[in-house]
Amino acid sequence: MKRNPLRTQKIAFSFLLFSTLLIVLPVGFIVVEIILKGLPAINWQFLSDMPRQGMRAGGILPAIVGTLYLVSGAIIFALPIGVLAAIYLSEYAKDNLLNRMIKLSIVNLSGVPSVVYGLFGLALFVVFFKFGVSILSGSLTLGIMILPIIITASREALEAVPQSFREVSLSLGASKWQTIRNIVLPNAISGILTGTILGLGRAAGETAPILFTVAAFYLPRLPKSIFDQAMALPYHLYVISTQVPNVNEKIRYGTAFVLLVMVLFMNLVAIIIRSQFRKKKKW
Amino acid sequence: MNKFNIENLNIWLGSTQALKDVSLQIATNEILSVIGPANSGKTTFLRTLNRLNELELSFKMQGLVELEGNDIRKIDPEILRKKIGMVFAMPLPLPLTVFENVAYGARMHGQRNKKKLFEIVERSLKQAYIWEEMKDRLNESAFKLSGGQQQRLCIARTLAVEPEVILFDEPCSGLDPISTAKVEDTMVELKKSYTIILVTNNVKQAARVGDRTAFFLSGELVELDSTQKIFTAPVDKRTDGYIRGKFG
Repeated sequence: MKRNPLRTQKIAFSFLLFSTLLIVLPVGFIVVEIILKGLPAINWQFLSDMPRQGMRAGGILPAIVGTLYLVSGAIIFALPIGVLAAIYLSEYAKDNLLNRMIKLSIVNLSGVPSVVYGLFGLALFVVFFKFGVSILSGSLTLGIMILPIIITASREALEAVPQSFREVSLSLGASKWQTIRNIVLPNAISGILTGTILGLGRAAGETAPILFTVAAFYLPRLPKSIFDQAMALPYHLYVISTQVPNVNEKIRYGTAFVLLVMVLFMNLVAIIIRSQFRKKKKW
Repeated sequence: MNKFNIENLNIWLGSTQALKDVSLQIATNEILSVIGPANSGKTTFLRTLNRLNELELSFKMQGLVELEGNDIRKIDPEILRKKIGMVFAMPLPLPLTVFENVAYGARMHGQRNKKKLFEIVERSLKQAYIWEEMKDRLNESAFKLSGGQQQRLCIARTLAVEPEVILFDEPCSGLDPISTAKVEDTMVELKKSYTIILVTNNVKQAARVGDRTAFFLSGELVELDSTQKIFTAPVDKRTDGYIRGKFG
């Protein structure tokens, strides 16, 4: 049989399409399932009330608030450190063995399983620093977990700023820091923010790092200080799905829906920021 | 009086030697044209004078470069580069407005006064003969200008810092003939108050603009003489061959 390039292309094309569908379909199915089953549970009481009757009724307010606290804490801690480290690595660090090893380990750190971060947070923040099981410990643990993501994204954003801009600025007698502050950072900020928000999305959804460091099984009140325990959406979802018998399916899917919307919202913000800055980008 | 005194300058970029034992003096308020084929070390020579080469990690330097009798390696790079401005091969506006591009250097050197900044911008744009075209477009992005306008904006930006020396690195390589003529006129005009070193691929440009001309080949300074001499009676055969277009 003679080879028919057109047919070969068609076959290859269908395989590629099939693989893509294989990825997209399950995700789409999960999302649709959660929306269909979760949306009916959403009402003002569900979002603003305490859990009642052993979490079989009432709302999920403490979990929403807890997750917001944890995410804010993580960003307050991780964003400055991550950006400063990225500036050092991409602008100041010499290209030697030590720095190459540091860069490599940062990339590898983002692949460490989150439960390992949880144990690390338990040992360091809860036990060693005696912060106890608290929002502070949990935020720091989540912050450490997303640091590699922020550093890697920020480094890429900084390195994407053309070298010629730096040379022009230096050639006009600006110092290195002035160049970074006035030319490099403003043009890298969109990439840095995008990376940060994607990292936060991940932090909001993780269960393992908060399991030992902050998460409360059930708290009928809102946390009062950063040394309080708190509930969090992913852990709450785990609890009502596996630990508490006879929880109405509607509540479980409603919780999943809220978590999903929060993470999608953060990703959406990242996309909007990126496109806004891209419009303003002038080269 | 000599602006620069360069003795036995050797430069390595990585394992390749970019400049070999170059010695020359550059007088105050002259235009020195530097010609030579690609990879002859012209740009490396230029970027050594304002220490921009040092951004390359593999850069190594031997020999002496003096600015008015002071070793440039002992001068702060920021102060040195304030005295020695540079115009790059491609028009490289910063991602800022026209006004902010020109005001950038002054701002970095601590000028905060808005009125003073405006004076500096107006004076520099006039010096670069682009004020009339720019005065109504000061708040536009510099990327909206044409290539020729961008390059003259870059010249104005360099002038705004009030340097003593201006290094031109093939400033017309990306420009059309009319823009090139405008930039060349600007250079001749600037000669009155600045020392200019012009690296160019364009032999005719060197002949039109330069007081003296240096011919570089594979990192060596082959010949340096008055432009007229170089173009009418060069001593070295290789200079003659290059000028006549036999190679390069």
